[in-house]
Amino acid sequence: MKEILELMELNAKITEQEIAIMLDMEVEEVRKIIKEMEDSKIILRYITLVNWEKVGEEKVSAFIEVRTTPQRDVGFDSVAERIYRFPEVRSARLMSGTYDLAVFIEGRTMREVSNFVATKLATIEGVVSTTTHFVLKTYKQDGVIIEDDEEDRRLVISP
Amino acid sequence: MINKKDWSEMINPTVRDIPPSGIRRFFDMVTEIKGVISLGVGEPDFVTPWHIREGCIYSLEKGYTMYTSNQGLLELREAIARDLDVTYGVTYDARRELLITVGVSEALDLAMRALICPGDEVLIPEPSYVSYAPCTMMAGGVPVHIATTVEDSFRLTADRVEAAITPRTKILLLCYPNNPTGAVMTRRDLLAIAEVARKHNLIVISDEIYDKLTYAGEHTCMSSLPGMQDRTILLNGFSKAYAMTGWRVGYAAGNADFIAAMTKIHQYTMLCAPITAQMAALEALRNGREGMKRMVQQYNRRRHLVMQSFRDMGLPCFEPGGAFYAFPEISATGLSSDEFAERLLMEEKVALVPGSAFGPSGEGFVRCSYAASEDDLTEAFRRMDRFVKRYGVKVKTVVNL
Repeated sequence: MKEILELMELNAKITEQEIAIMLDMEVEEVRKIIKEMEDSKIILRYITLVNWEKVGEEKVSAFIEVRTTPQRDVGFDSVAERIYRFPEVRSARLMSGTYDLAVFIEGRTMREVSNFVATKLATIEGVVSTTTHFVLKTYKQDGVIIEDDEEDRRLVISP
Repeated sequence: MINKKDWSEMINPTVRDIPPSGIRRFFDMVTEIKGVISLGVGEPDFVTPWHIREGCIYSLEKGYTMYTSNQGLLELREAIARDLDVTYGVTYDARRELLITVGVSEALDLAMRALICPGDEVLIPEPSYVSYAPCTMMAGGVPVHIATTVEDSFRLTADRVEAAITPRTKILLLCYPNNPTGAVMTRRDLLAIAEVARKHNLIVISDEIYDKLTYAGEHTCMSSLPGMQDRTILLNGFSKAYAMTGWRVGYAAGNADFIAAMTKIHQYTMLCAPITAQMAALEALRNGREGMKRMVQQYNRRRHLVMQSFRDMGLPCFEPGGAFYAFPEISATGLSSDEFAERLLMEEKVALVPGSAFGPSGEGFVRCSYAASEDDLTEAFRRMDRFVKRYGVKVKTVVNL
């Protein structure tokens, strides 16, 4: 199962047939395991990593440190939920250290993102303070180097 | 005036008479053509893992730019000794029984030169890596080839070794997992060979550069067999397991007398292996195990992909248990190895190495390296499939009962 996930994490487009061959399994078996993993939400979704810059799409993203007041019984969960429900929020994580939540926001313009932070995020009950860091350049995301120019430099034939 | 012909007459006849490598001619042909997918490469498609490269950069920053002792950094030898002990249970004294060399290639040359007297015979299973026979000849020895066949899964059998032995036989050279066939030897196979070696007092030079790339069963180290450690010179390095081909660092392990003799040649001809490469090798041994295992796992997945593709194409291919080569039989196309490789290159722009480049028993086969990205493999096999169909290969229906 882990090996199937490893292959799919690298390439969501890999076919069941290919997985079966590479792992020396039956196609039916692979199909069954994938279905089970989808049903049990081990596999959440198949997504595509896009370099939007190349499409000419302007996007602004920001990383926001959020300090909160934890609440009785639920701790950080309920304030976190109120934050991550917003579609502008791409990711939200509880952190150790000097702040509580690390929130990634994506918008079309800087104004849109600042506006969201000021009017939506900072005003949520339980949010004590926010610190906004705008992203200037992404070098690597989800293990993929964005502008990877490492090419095959081997001799074409060698003994 | 001296013309060209006169100059060549001044070359040592042993060197002059060694035929050019069969791979060389093909290499020249491939480099002429654009857009070729090459499955003809005998080295990993991975770049050396970053922590190893970074370790080397750090060593340069710290000023490690000097000679090392002739035998190589003691720390590295100790790390190798530990690795051999943990992996195969063979114990070598890092001070007296290990020598760091400039790749296995140098270690092989040293072993040959240290042991061979003029006319001594060296048994070399074939098809085999292209350097073995020339290395033997340049050391004054006589290469004696032992053909291996697809019926034996290209394994060396004791009776074939026995049959090739003469009073002049001194060395048996082994290379398993094998380049170009991908064949591996089981412990039982090796025990039988070891018995022959002991009986006829042969020295075994065992080139185990592909040991970590073993997929079917576990690799057996020749020197771990009873009574074999002293008569075996074990050669290994970092090129294949840690994707470090260009660093040129390998080693030889053997009894103190052999290592001392090899060190004597090494100290006068090479002095020492480059310290930067030795530092990188040390980092590879210290922290490279996990990364190496991941690479091996990927090779194994591609190996399955390659096997299935040949089956789908209708080309018979025995299952390679190690290295990163498949050695399919192409005689069903009616072409020779050379013709197959040449036409595949011209017509479909896929480069393989003709099996005949590795010796006469390689005729009728081609070496296909799967040290290539999955995308390249898939595209290459699509083209190859089209190619073999054009030459009338039909897929035989296999009935599974």
